[in-house]
Amino acid sequence: MQKLLLLGAEAIAQGAIDGGMSGIYAYPGTPSTEITEYVQHYDLAKERNIHSQWSTNEKTAMEAGLGMSYAGKRAMVCMKHVGLNVAADAFVNSAITGSNGGLLVTVADDPSMHSSQNEQDSRYYGKFAQIPILEPSSQQEAYDMAYLGFQMSEKFKVPILIRITTRLAHSRAGVERKDLLNQNDISLPSDPKQFVLLPSIARVQYKGLLNSFSGFIEDSEQSPFNKYYDGEDKSLGIIACGLAYNYLMENFQDDSLKHPLLKIGQYPMPRTKVESLMEECDEVLILEDGYPIIEELLKGYLAKEKVHGRLDGSLPRDGELNPNLIARALKLSSEEEVIEIDQDIIDIVKNRPPAMCVGCGHIDAYNALNEALSEYSVGRVFSDIGCYTLGALPPYNAINSCVDMGASITMAKGAADAGLVPAVSVIGDSTFTHSGITGLIDAVNEKAPITILISDNFTTGMTGGQDSAALGKIEDICEGVGVEPEHIIVFTPLKKNHDLMVDIIKKELAYEGVSVIIPRRQCVQTTRNVALNQRITELNLR
Amino acid sequence: MKTDIILAGVGGQGILSIAATIGMAALSNNLHLKQAEVHGMSQRGGAVQSHFRLSSKPIASDLIPRGACDIILSVEPMESLRYVDFLHEEGWIITNSTPFVNITDYPDVEEVIEKIKKRKNTIILDADKLAKEVGSPRSSNIVALGAATPFIDIPYEAFEEAIRLIFKKKGDRIIDANIKALAAGRAVADAR
Repeated sequence: MQKLLLLGAEAIAQGAIDGGMSGIYAYPGTPSTEITEYVQHYDLAKERNIHSQWSTNEKTAMEAGLGMSYAGKRAMVCMKHVGLNVAADAFVNSAITGSNGGLLVTVADDPSMHSSQNEQDSRYYGKFAQIPILEPSSQQEAYDMAYLGFQMSEKFKVPILIRITTRLAHSRAGVERKDLLNQNDISLPSDPKQFVLLPSIARVQYKGLLNSFSGFIEDSEQSPFNKYYDGEDKSLGIIACGLAYNYLMENFQDDSLKHPLLKIGQYPMPRTKVESLMEECDEVLILEDGYPIIEELLKGYLAKEKVHGRLDGSLPRDGELNPNLIARALKLSSEEEVIEIDQDIIDIVKNRPPAMCVGCGHIDAYNALNEALSEYSVGRVFSDIGCYTLGALPPYNAINSCVDMGASITMAKGAADAGLVPAVSVIGDSTFTHSGITGLIDAVNEKAPITILISDNFTTGMTGGQDSAALGKIEDICEGVGVEPEHIIVFTPLKKNHDLMVDIIKKELAYEGVSVIIPRRQCVQTTRNVALNQRITELNLR
Repeated sequence: MKTDIILAGVGGQGILSIAATIGMAALSNNLHLKQAEVHGMSQRGGAVQSHFRLSSKPIASDLIPRGACDIILSVEPMESLRYVDFLHEEGWIITNSTPFVNITDYPDVEEVIEKIKKRKNTIILDADKLAKEVGSPRSSNIVALGAATPFIDIPYEAFEEAIRLIFKKKGDRIIDANIKALAAGRAVADAR
């Protein structure tokens, strides 16, 4: 069979489909978005009736995935690393309930923060929940792990975490498929109380999880994803986790690596393999494309073991790895050998940061907001996660915060509570339904003097124009949670409406209660999306 | 054979179409390949790059090591310089000379071109102009690719075939335009 040329993210989707998945649940987030999109656009997935619509946020996705698993079918839940913070309650407790149908939670981390607020390492979450973790080093392994992961989950009756990073998610290579497996039939859990986490039951379930742990380690010892390669030069042993394995091998083409190597793709760590490496080698170098979680474990609190990695400066403490950093850690190259760049060239190459598109409605909204706020002191605009976060950059300099999904409304409320009145929130439509509604209820309940701009472009823009759960619902939601109808105002953010927008915003800033202003205009990137255009017309939103 | 290429440009300039074309051509020639792309935030008018690795042997890293890159293929002149520390001394810079100016401090283009010319091996071509001349103004990315084809160890016909496959859904007119664009770039490289 000809290999498929797939992104790592797509390889996971293909593996899950071929492995008998019945549903995928996700909220878009770079670098995880392409997993779900692949299923949405794949004819075979449609034929097999695989659920693939977007969820409103990662928590609802995680819970729906768990529900599908409860019903005996195989489900995958996908998100970016910070999405797991949102889904954490459901995720951690899903380890206690355990799974019925195979349940895979695929989380895409973003070391070096290419498109994120932090570079948290999801392996900590897997360890925290005490479930097995799979971490592929290649697109083929990504496929294999998704394919085999369902069986592993059903064998151990727990969800399995698959951890990838940006570099693998967004890198293409050839992938070989396996036989297409059937989906499971509906079958309820054999223990009717398995999913009822009343304390008395949860205690039993938790003990069950703890008792499973030795089985997880045993499986890890036998895993095809954990391999021990012996080497004659035992002055140093190397443990390479996930993608770091590739960066290591780049430096040792044609079997030239002489050090013992333990390649890790499955956790918890294979104890006997680790033990023999630690015993045989004088020192050990740990390569992890993320936080130094294994390094910390093996080094111990008192740092008695001769373990090197990110904690002792052999590798940088943060950011993603690459072949050059590993060459330096192995002293294959020195600092000086790094190619000198002509200072002239450094000077002439200017930064070219991302920017809002020409014609974007957020721009008109910000121009109006900036003018309306000009009579107040600066520093009172709380924003959120989306394209409009770029409003922090010149020439707009329009916002003062971006923390987590939905934080704009609640932070504005807190600041207003402190006396910073008026406080302003800027949030997008999709982010509003993701995590903004609960905060709005807080604000309404206390009649907080805040003005909320829900910049509605009918889509989840930053990740490439996915469906927005808020489409056609924003006014109803706001009114439903108690925002006064006369303080819910919609306008079209266009240059010609500038003065009108400024007047409206000024008036609402002066109102000492909750105002919701909705600048509403379609994202310019989605104008050729036929299905979306049809929905917008049906809902009479233009 | 081994060819490591960095594709450079600005989000929206079509470097992923270049990558798809080389990828298709490489697959039909049974080469190993790895191609790391940039998605997400940077796609919004920011600097974007793709590491494209081709080899007759299996490839380890998705990223090209610094100093190992054979070709920087750029659809924008300043962007061709952003990654020069990846290029080895004998490596080629093949770049479009038409700037994409979406920042206020864009440097003097003549100066940029001068800096590029300091490298040993360069091809600088006005891909925008050539694309217009062949009646396909949106194919400047494929013109730039055409100029790189002599340095990639894949038969030229395989690139043409890849274009036919990739643009199949868009019809014969678009296919012909892109094949002409590819040839226009190639002619510049051959005439040097």
